[in-house]
Amino acid sequence: MLKCRTVWRTLAPLARTSSTVCRQNARRAGLNNGRLPACVPAAHMSTAPAGGGRENQLYVLLVGATCVGGAIYAYRTVKGDSQRYQDRIDEISSRPLKTFTEEPATPTQSEPPGERINQRILGIMSLLPFHCRTIFEQNHTDEPVIEASPEEAAEPPVVEPDASPASHKVSSHTPYLLIGGGTASFAAARSIRARDPGARVLIVTDELVPPYMRPPLSKELWFSDDPSVTETLRFKQWNGKERSIYFQPPSFYINAEELGSAENGGVAVLTGKKVVHMDVRGNKIKLDDDTEISYDKCLIATGGVPRNLQVIERAGEEVMKRTTLFRKVEDFKSLDKVSRNVKSITIIGGGFLGSELACALGRRSTESDLEVIQMYPEKGNMGKVLPEYLSNWTTEKVKKEGVKIISEALVKSVVSKDDKLEIQLKDGRLVKTDHIVAAVGLEPNVDLAKSAGLEVDSDFGGFRVNAELQARSNIWVAGDAACFYDIRLGRRRVEHHDHAVVSGRLAGENMTGANKPYWHQSMFWSDLGPDVGYEAIGIVDSSLPTVGVFAKATAKDTPKAATEESGTGIRSESETEHTASSPVASSAPSPTGVQHKDEYGKGVIFYLRDKVVVGIILWNVFNRMPIARKIIKDGEEHADLNEVAKLFNIHDD
Amino acid sequence: MSSVREEGKDRIIFVTKEDHASPSSAELVEEDPNDPYEERGLILPSGEINWNCPCLGGMASGPCGTEFKDAFSCFHYSKEEVKGSDCLENFRAMQECMQRYPELYPQEDEKEQQQQQSSETKPTSQDSAETSENGWWRWLLSFYKTPASLWPTAP
Repeated sequence: MLKCRTVWRTLAPLARTSSTVCRQNARRAGLNNGRLPACVPAAHMSTAPAGGGRENQLYVLLVGATCVGGAIYAYRTVKGDSQRYQDRIDEISSRPLKTFTEEPATPTQSEPPGERINQRILGIMSLLPFHCRTIFEQNHTDEPVIEASPEEAAEPPVVEPDASPASHKVSSHTPYLLIGGGTASFAAARSIRARDPGARVLIVTDELVPPYMRPPLSKELWFSDDPSVTETLRFKQWNGKERSIYFQPPSFYINAEELGSAENGGVAVLTGKKVVHMDVRGNKIKLDDDTEISYDKCLIATGGVPRNLQVIERAGEEVMKRTTLFRKVEDFKSLDKVSRNVKSITIIGGGFLGSELACALGRRSTESDLEVIQMYPEKGNMGKVLPEYLSNWTTEKVKKEGVKIISEALVKSVVSKDDKLEIQLKDGRLVKTDHIVAAVGLEPNVDLAKSAGLEVDSDFGGFRVNAELQARSNIWVAGDAACFYDIRLGRRRVEHHDHAVVSGRLAGENMTGANKPYWHQSMFWSDLGPDVGYEAIGIVDSSLPTVGVFAKATAKDTPKAATEESGTGIRSESETEHTASSPVASSAPSPTGVQHKDEYGKGVIFYLRDKVVVGIILWNVFNRMPIARKIIKDGEEHADLNEVAKLFNIHDD
Repeated sequence: MSSVREEGKDRIIFVTKEDHASPSSAELVEEDPNDPYEERGLILPSGEINWNCPCLGGMASGPCGTEFKDAFSCFHYSKEEVKGSDCLENFRAMQECMQRYPELYPQEDEKEQQQQQSSETKPTSQDSAETSENGWWRWLLSFYKTPASLWPTAP
């Protein structure tokens, strides 16, 4: 370009001189021709005098040369521009991406036309609704969104998330994602692996340990003779076989980082991470350390959090310090420690957990001088589950375990005084104790409902799912947090171990395409001391009318005897692998065949709803659960329940 | 004689052994063997293996799950006179895999069990591999010989 200019400049004077020469020639020609009459017109440039022909030619040549030169210049400029534009685009696209929300850099003076077009597109895009922009971003992820002029000296900063090293390595996608590391989650993992060969399953849990079973925390672990049980978390069953509360030892699981590359897939557990956000549209979740993990199928098995009494929550730090909400392994460890160091423990709550802990601690009280008090609003233990006569009978048994029972007790206030806790009841009674265990129910964990846009049930709590445990496409819920539709018994939410196993297994099956509804009815059990043990199935609500058929109890009809006889493992495994009975430690031999009219030794109790059996308790009668399950599944109206009771052979062993 | 008592909405019946001696007149709905909703045992009505059977424990889902499934499938469909004799390779591979995870697939318990079962034979260290293999064989065969309700758990 400069060359052209210099050429033009040099040519210019020549051009000028040539033009003046031409003009002078013309004038001279005109003057020469002046003697001629004036009618001769002024010389036309075109008709140059004969003498100026050569100059004319030179002039034409020069003009032509200029035109050609100009054309060449124009062509080269345009070519150079487009080349420069291309170069600039290439250079920018090789730079790392920046986010959409960055401010545009100030444009410099020399902007190739392409850049201007790009910015115009972006300007239009900012007017689009958000989701259109995301589509654009997704389709054009290799194009720069905002660019600074390359002429600027400084490179624009590259934005990268400030993440911990671990999250970099964890695969950002997993085919199967299980939120929650409890029983339901583990059962689902097992089910998925069994049905989908080579499946990769990622379990994300906010606990620091791999999945474990909960029932031993309030039962078997307390009866262990091993002083290091809080560390090993192992317990000996009555047949001598020992096992850990952990479903599988750590070698069963593979590392989360290796999940993507494992040849035959596997189950990985990411501990200590909480899922804080769920993006259902994008099929991904976000952890509390900002890691994002996308999934194909997701299970929510977040379980629940123990409820607390409002009076305790409002009572202040000193009271809260001396209160245990029992659910996890740490709670077991801390309560075990507390029970060895204090003189008095009060359990508030008369349901399963409260009664089991009361019996377990009551057992301890015989060895130490620990006072164990249990208080609840009902008239007797398991007042919301067992019919009144049975609840009363059970309460007497619990008392025999060394527990001080305060029934019909409503807590008004709790204060900390002189290093002790004073519980004031509404009827005026005052209870002084060192430590409180609150076992007043479970609040299902539905934290993710808001971000995920999932329905929460207002009657039972928990995520509302259909009969196949599905909340939405690709999302299932199982365990304590699932409010599901039971085809036989209606919508319900169940907080038992076997239900977690059954629903977790079913969710795993449905995540691998089975499309089966909840049909196999889960069961539950409880042992309150060596004399009282029962298995139950279905809806067992004491407000329903019941029919109980009892036989006289003999020494053989205790949980301990049943286990020893069948030589099988703990009931925690039973319905999952093999029907069995539970071990309950017994130091005293059970009474031999006391023929009391009010002795509810063993029998069957039917719970009725509109004359149909919806729930059954097998009272000190074991290994008959399949029959009970069948009766509930049938859903028939039976005229005489005594005849139905015959099916159980309660008099046999 | 049975005695009946009413306590509000609850009915209590006490029965003796004689009361329950006669067969029950309660009618139960007939089971549909092809009900798709039912939980199945180890072998599905179609003849296939139900890998999700609770009776298998974690065998099909653990780190050696693939090897186990291969071995057991081969065994299940084996038409040899000695069932599974054409599956030795699969079982060997499974054994190898399981030896890498002694925590998950304890070999010790098996030896003890066999010691209890057959007091005559005293397995030595050389025999241990063989006896564990035999143990597997026996365990698998047991699924075919015993009725479903009495299937044992995984060793």
